[in-house]
Amino acid sequence: MPLDLSKIVFSVQQGYTPREQSFWMPPPGSTGAHEVDWLMVVLLYICTFFFLLIAALLVTFAVRYRRSRVAGPQPSASHSLPLELAWSIIPLAILIVIFHFGFRGFLNIMTPPDDAYAIQVTGQKWAWMFTYPNGFVDKDLHVPVNTPVKLTMTSEDVIHSLYIPAFRIKRDALPGRYTTTWFEADRTGEFELFCTEYCGEGHSAMMARVVVHDKAEFAKWLQDAGAFIDRLPPAEAGAKLFSIQGCAQCHSVDGSGGIGPSLKNVYGTQQPLQGGSSVLADENYIRESIMDPQAQIVAGYQPVMPTYKGRLKDKEITVLIAYLKSISGAGRKELEFEAGGKKSGKEDAKP
Amino acid sequence: MSAPATDNYITHARGLRSWLFTLDHKRIALLYMMSIGAAFLLGGVMALLVRTELLTPGKTIMTANQYNNVFTLHGAIMIFLFIIPSIPAIFGNFLVPVMLGVKDLAFPRMNLASYYLYIIGALFAVAAIGHGGVDTGWTFYTPYSTTTSANVIAMTLGAFILGMSSIFTGINFIVTIHKFRPPGMTWFKMPLFLWALYATSIIQVVATPVLGITLLLLIAERITGVGFFDPNLGGDPLLFQHFFWFYSHPAVYIMILPGMGIVSEIIPVFSRKPIFGYKAIAYSSVGIALLGFLVWGHHMFVSGQSTLANMIFSFLTYFVAIPSAVKVFNWLATMYKGAISLDTPMLYALAFILLFGIGGLTGVVLGALSANVHLHDTYFVVSHFHYTMMGGTVIALLAGLHYWWPKFFGRMYSEFWGRLVCVIIFIGFNITFFTQFVMGSQGMPRRYYDYISRFTIYHQISTAGAYMLAAGFVVMAVYLAASLVRGRRAPANPWGGATLEWACASPPPHDNFASQPAAPDPYDFTGMEYDANTGEWERR
Repeated sequence: MPLDLSKIVFSVQQGYTPREQSFWMPPPGSTGAHEVDWLMVVLLYICTFFFLLIAALLVTFAVRYRRSRVAGPQPSASHSLPLELAWSIIPLAILIVIFHFGFRGFLNIMTPPDDAYAIQVTGQKWAWMFTYPNGFVDKDLHVPVNTPVKLTMTSEDVIHSLYIPAFRIKRDALPGRYTTTWFEADRTGEFELFCTEYCGEGHSAMMARVVVHDKAEFAKWLQDAGAFIDRLPPAEAGAKLFSIQGCAQCHSVDGSGGIGPSLKNVYGTQQPLQGGSSVLADENYIRESIMDPQAQIVAGYQPVMPTYKGRLKDKEITVLIAYLKSISGAGRKELEFEAGGKKSGKEDAKP
Repeated sequence: MSAPATDNYITHARGLRSWLFTLDHKRIALLYMMSIGAAFLLGGVMALLVRTELLTPGKTIMTANQYNNVFTLHGAIMIFLFIIPSIPAIFGNFLVPVMLGVKDLAFPRMNLASYYLYIIGALFAVAAIGHGGVDTGWTFYTPYSTTTSANVIAMTLGAFILGMSSIFTGINFIVTIHKFRPPGMTWFKMPLFLWALYATSIIQVVATPVLGITLLLLIAERITGVGFFDPNLGGDPLLFQHFFWFYSHPAVYIMILPGMGIVSEIIPVFSRKPIFGYKAIAYSSVGIALLGFLVWGHHMFVSGQSTLANMIFSFLTYFVAIPSAVKVFNWLATMYKGAISLDTPMLYALAFILLFGIGGLTGVVLGALSANVHLHDTYFVVSHFHYTMMGGTVIALLAGLHYWWPKFFGRMYSEFWGRLVCVIIFIGFNITFFTQFVMGSQGMPRRYYDYISRFTIYHQISTAGAYMLAAGFVVMAVYLAASLVRGRRAPANPWGGATLEWACASPPPHDNFASQPAAPDPYDFTGMEYDANTGEWERR
């Protein structure tokens, strides 16, 4: 009678997949996590068994045949073909079975269903950008629960790798080509997302949140998220965009150092440039620094910022500039003046 | 008892020139030992800096850029300057001619040239550290390595030149083993250490040129802007990874096979039993060398490589596990019914079996495709290769160092301190790296300057283990140095070995043997007895 392996595997999967954090694995958050976890558990048992076998033989022989305890070596076979075949073929058979289940699990966690919800992912030094079907871009990954989500990934610069430990998925994002991965979150909550391909100074800061919403909440979030630029006052909208676009990964807003210069009190002041000259940070300078970052480099910093040409609309740059004004002494006066001017203008228009 | 050796290779000629221009394989081995020891010290200091920085999240002692430089140098120095040359260049150089009963390697001048290439390569690496640093990781992945402002060219040129040095050593061993075996020493009567070095040399000669070409293409892309790897120039970044691992996976067997050879020598001697399954161990070295060329893609399971390629590489990876398993079981079978003495070399050999066992078994976990997706580029991988490279190769090197120390220098070290430090290193190693298996499986990515707080406790345990390891090495340096001054004079054969190096004086004379000795059975210990007065084993 043929052995029904899949049935055995199924029962193993049911029995050995913890829902909570275990000694080895973080708490699982997706259907694919179980595909990995049961195999990890089985593999750890197999490894432990063979390690204990080796250690037991080693310790037993080292104690039992200590030179002080035995008169001398006793004769035994110098080789044994059956024995050597046994400890080649039995491990090989076990390894081929492991290969089989590893490959099968891999196909499952790498092949997205046709109806998966599609999100575009762009990696860049040192932030992730997730583009939703309606065109909205966020630095965090928001997804609906119990829905297959397919990520199509690329990179703006060097190789990055998207890793969500709770979902047990990882895939490199390469410049100049697309790679895909997918998952189906099976509970709501927040999870970690790391970059796992070394990409330079900010590699370990290239983190994001994965927020799993219930389905209705996700739809509402996406609708609200896309429209904030029109709803909020410009400086507030700019602050939100600054966070969403991941600007804060490199630029602080409190004067502390980072990969790029802090943007506190930049607007309206003279900025020292590489080569000794300086420039007034006005609207045009800020716009140029976003669209063509290599044009003028602030003294003491590396030319590492990627361009946002084609990725930010004019409206978005305008609110970013408004935000930078709001965190600069000179800029705040300007904002107040603008607000005051408009006000007085309105008053003037009254009869 | 051997005649008091008035003339040995160390005292044979005096003066700096007699060392710098020596063609004596034993002196070149000593030069290598000092240089490679310095590289190990430097790489070890880098490791401690890395572990210290990771003691707390965020900045502990250095900036992100400094950290990236330090971990790159730790990897590059340990791989290219320490572990690849280590056992072949030190013990291979010293022992291949002695084990064959001849005066020298086939090409003594080439041997000296390989040493100076090593020094020049090392100087390039040091120049890279001094001018701009290197922040790419030892893997030099494109397009990061072609776009960073760091001094990648000096470092890769250094690795290129070190590769030439490695090829020279390999050619020398292959020719010597083919042509210089004494009458009666057929292939299957060679010491297994020579089989291991032979298999290693084949990989060195065949695989290293691929690394050389790859690094030259990288340099060409950086200088001329011709697009091989950078997609912005029309290149393919994955091509670099394929080229790189086509060398670097076989290279891990360059690193481990000589270590296995050492363990295959030590276990029979300290068990007083012939090696179990000589042919299986010899063939498995060659099998590992050949299969090792066919599994490079298992470093790239999540890189965007095709699913078909992933399947094939995962499948083949499991086959390369078998020869290693065969060796482990054969070593254990050798101990069966032996008369085992747990002297320092044997303790290290047993530590090797346990630690390499864990390294190999966790390789089985990583080879499973679905598990690999979760574990790739986490600390689980870091720990896996430290168990094989440090728990394996470095521990085997320490086994060899303690086994052949009396032969190299003619002095015995303190057995008490030797065993104690072996235990300290074993425990320190496991504290450092077993923690990293758990942390990696929990999701901690590698090459991270900063980390989220849930990983703090693992990092702190690991760092404590690293300090313990360092303390072990410091004590080792002290008692080994002390042995040179105050150590008991070593007899020709302190352990009861049957290979030819134990038939010549400790340290060996300039010409090794007065006349060509007959080839012995390397694992026949019958009739050998220990004389407590002389501290020497003699055959009756």
